[in-house]
Amino acid sequence: MIVVVALLIGIFFSLSMESRQAWIGPLMRPMMTLMNPAPKDLNFATNRKTENGLFNVSFTSNPSPTPLNQIHTWTLHVETPDGKLVENAKISVDGGMPQHGHGLPTSPQVTQYLGSGNYRVEGMKFQMNGWWEVKFVINNGNSQDRVVFNLTL
Amino acid sequence: MKKMGLWILGLGLVMVVAVSITSVIGKQSVAWTADEIKLIQSLSLRALAPLAQYPSNKYAQDEQAAKLGKRLFFDTRFSKDGTIACATCHVPALGFQDARALGLGASIGTRRTMPIAGTAYSPWLFWDGRKDSQWSQALGPLENPVEHGGARTQYVQLLEKHYKPDYEAIFGVLPDFSDPKRFLSIAGPVEDRAANAAWQGMKEGDRELVTKAFVNMGKAIAAYERQIVLMPSRFDDYVDSLSLANQTNKNLTDLEIAGLRLFIGKANCVQCHNGPLLTNNEFHNTGVPMPASKVKDDGRASAILAVKQDEFNCLSKYSDATSNDCAELRFIQSDTHLLERAFKVPSLRNVASRAPYMHAGQLQTLAEVLQHYSYAPVAPSGHSEIKALHLNVKEREALIAFLTALDAPIIAPE
Repeated sequence: MIVVVALLIGIFFSLSMESRQAWIGPLMRPMMTLMNPAPKDLNFATNRKTENGLFNVSFTSNPSPTPLNQIHTWTLHVETPDGKLVENAKISVDGGMPQHGHGLPTSPQVTQYLGSGNYRVEGMKFQMNGWWEVKFVINNGNSQDRVVFNLTL
Repeated sequence: MKKMGLWILGLGLVMVVAVSITSVIGKQSVAWTADEIKLIQSLSLRALAPLAQYPSNKYAQDEQAAKLGKRLFFDTRFSKDGTIACATCHVPALGFQDARALGLGASIGTRRTMPIAGTAYSPWLFWDGRKDSQWSQALGPLENPVEHGGARTQYVQLLEKHYKPDYEAIFGVLPDFSDPKRFLSIAGPVEDRAANAAWQGMKEGDRELVTKAFVNMGKAIAAYERQIVLMPSRFDDYVDSLSLANQTNKNLTDLEIAGLRLFIGKANCVQCHNGPLLTNNEFHNTGVPMPASKVKDDGRASAILAVKQDEFNCLSKYSDATSNDCAELRFIQSDTHLLERAFKVPSLRNVASRAPYMHAGQLQTLAEVLQHYSYAPVAPSGHSEIKALHLNVKEREALIAFLTALDAPIIAPE
């Protein structure tokens, strides 16, 4: 038994470096490159329902894909679940990196209602690679709901 | 037979240890993945976008302004006692810094002199980001009592005396500042009480004339500073010839490559030291120790209000920018609690030849810096964002080797 194990070890290390990588590479790599892997079941959709289902919200980043270290704008689109545009809502923005316990490097704001359910979000910035959350609280005058988008840079 | 099996097993174990040691350190045992190559390429100096317009300084690209700026940068007359120039602390031969823990101008300061190359890309200047442009940064030390120590009327009178034609060729007519009744020789909104009182006593219109010329000095100096540029390092040469198919180029040693692997992997330096300048130009509390002077310094927290109220910020009347160009200032993170004792992430380019380290030169060597990140001590105030890396001796050696491969010449106009 011992001989078999020792032989297997011996055979493994007598293989070329390249073929060894093929065996152990996939096992080693996640450990080596990701200190804090984001949870596996994260939803990275850019179109999401708010937590209580009051609104459907989507965002687009300008420029796209979302840049690192560059202040930029987003456009947020808000509808009701039955497809009615949500106009002139009050929307606040927040966010951060859950694994680092810090917020956004800026204080982004919704600065303008653009019509057609679209809102301009100015002052977006992400200064680190990794998993970010961006939260919007949307108040249409009657009710309020919250949506959290996940993104990785 | 059993004995021989044990021998083989023993031999196998020795090989496991030996191979795992060499794979971590000496040899590059694992090829880069496509994602890793993409990340590494994002750090190359060649990924740096060419300098674009600088909205708050319309003279930023002006060649004549850069020439005037260079002369001002080296002119010691622009100081209280005629001995201090920008170049006193930003020494060209030392990569435009001074290799001291604390800057030494008219007297000793409380912070480490920062290098200049690459700062045209930063939305915030100084360790705490209390200025939001290169030109407004350049004006700060001129009126700081521990740096140049002078005041703006003195400077514009020197400008009139020594640089009038050069100034006028760029900025138009330089007002006549020679009337000693209207323009007292040392007056400005500075700490010095007499100079400050003299400034308050001047007519608003005259103060405005002085400040406009003073601002243009800063814009000329910034035009020069934009031309102080980083050259590619061996690391950049390595990245240039790196691809998924070809990973055998010899621009970096195996030890340096192991350091790069740690930099983007286990040590995760790239989290903040990202992009071609190896900085995100933002502010983080990494729990760096108190300086020997025990001077309390809350870093970014105090600078937020300062830059919002700065007379020379992006939204000020002296800025050439429109409000749309000032997004960084308009949407500034104002939570002082979050940014207590946060300091700017420095570029790591030329870092190995730029000891001592941190905002007050608290750490003497890169080995001390890695020791700090290995243990992640509690911050003297605020909350440190870093977690202990537990780097072993060989890993530290590899990281230092990699950081040294970032050394490269800095080019400045002749």
